[in-house]
Amino acid sequence: MSGEVKDPDVLYVERFRILHNDYEHGGDAAAAIKSILKELGIPQDHIRRLSIANFEAEMNVIMYAEEGEMELQVLADAVRIVLTDRGQGIPDIDLAMTPGYSTATPAMRERGFGAGLGLPNIKKNVDRFEIESAVGVGTTLRYAILLPQTSQTGEA
Amino acid sequence: MNLRELTALLDCEVVWGDGLLDLRNVEACFAADLMSDVLAFSEPGALLITGLVSLQSVHAADVADLTGILYVGGKTPAEQVLGLARQRAIPLLMTRKSMFDVCAMLREAGLKAGCKD
Repeated sequence: MSGEVKDPDVLYVERFRILHNDYEHGGDAAAAIKSILKELGIPQDHIRRLSIANFEAEMNVIMYAEEGEMELQVLADAVRIVLTDRGQGIPDIDLAMTPGYSTATPAMRERGFGAGLGLPNIKKNVDRFEIESAVGVGTTLRYAILLPQTSQTGEA
Repeated sequence: MNLRELTALLDCEVVWGDGLLDLRNVEACFAADLMSDVLAFSEPGALLITGLVSLQSVHAADVADLTGILYVGGKTPAEQVLGLARQRAIPLLMTRKSMFDVCAMLREAGLKAGCKD
């Protein structure tokens, strides 16, 4: 799943495919990224925050989009995620960012999701957050955690 | 207390992770059936108390760095859930007691809420 590194600042890239309704694998991308970041020696609190954001974002694709790709980019001073999905998009981003607002179905709630905390919780856990969406096309999330300068993530 | 002591206190069945029970200490718990709440409000190191036996309970415990999962109300997770717990080294316990009783007993035993604002 590794791809070419285009941005010279990016030390490591890996992409994960996420499919609609694939609850069985919901969490696999977040778990795989967590393992990678542990191996890279990223501080535990940073891994936890990013992993929570990743799991929320991954479940959003499974629940609401057709398919998506989560790209992990490790830089010397940050870990970035770019999650692009193809799907229904979000008509009103401000509304979707409101804690408690949810369009979840009973099937999603049965699995413990759909409290309307997903996007707000992603934003809360990361240091940089951007969202773009086009109705009927899809949504792109870009978020990042900034690393403390002492952490060893490779050669800068 | 450690998870071994907690297992005795609540008359738990060890679903997976017997070898880890003496090693894992619990000072705080987070009780919820909504994984959204777990992801938003739990503190690292807490024990997850839940009635939700899906794969997502293990994923949520894993990403949130929780110390283990206690399933309440006699619900037992499927084999697939055990497999994931094994992979992630997350001990799974099960008790027939209700969520309410479990929380009351653990509070009585001196455990705190592992909950952020």
